[in-house]
Amino acid sequence: MEIRVQRENFDAAAEARALTKGRADVGAVVTFVGLCRDEGGTLAALEIEHYPGMAEDEIARVVEQARARWPLLGVRVIHRYGGIAPGEQIVLVATASTHRGAAFAAAEFLMDYMKTRAPFWKRARRLDGSVEGWVEAKDADDASAARWER
Amino acid sequence: MKAVYFAWVRERIGKAEEEIDPPPEVATVADLIGWLSARDEGYAHAFENPKTIRAALDRAHVKPDAKLSGAREIAFFPPMTGG
Repeated sequence: MEIRVQRENFDAAAEARALTKGRADVGAVVTFVGLCRDEGGTLAALEIEHYPGMAEDEIARVVEQARARWPLLGVRVIHRYGGIAPGEQIVLVATASTHRGAAFAAAEFLMDYMKTRAPFWKRARRLDGSVEGWVEAKDADDASAARWER
Repeated sequence: MKAVYFAWVRERIGKAEEEIDPPPEVATVADLIGWLSARDEGYAHAFENPKTIRAALDRAHVKPDAKLSGAREIAFFPPMTGG
């Protein structure tokens, strides 16, 4: 299990490879990468603020919940902060398991829970120079996370 | 205890962190929100809608009825929008 909160970009393929390095018991790796959209060509960058220390701790708690629910052989989570331009990577979740079902489900669970629990906040800087207010949390994200509680 | 603020909570209060020393009758997170709100307009603005405020004690999410006793750090912030 590896969790990183960092300003720098990451290599998703290298993270996925690290999950299977030196072992032959992994039957499925799922890699999810969340990207910054250009929002119809209006976005200059996202600014992502985070709570250092708690961000790592909270992601670790979410990963522990995933490990309790699915037989995972490895998990990697990376979440970036700072300025992120359209097209750049924001977040990575990679899961490894014996079979694909657990790897897919755990990756989706991790993303849904991270979005509603990990202390990160976004705001948009537009190409016209304006800085918008903070992005509001979406009910759809709460609903996505709540699915796993049924 | 140390109080830390993020995103628009930080902007409305006008600082990222401070030392606070609430009186003993301020027992819960909700009590502390009320006590801070009475300080000035910035705090009152930050905490005007309790439904949009999230709190963490020593870097773990808590509900408004959580007891402050023994905590070293409290954080206030809006609902998370990462990912």
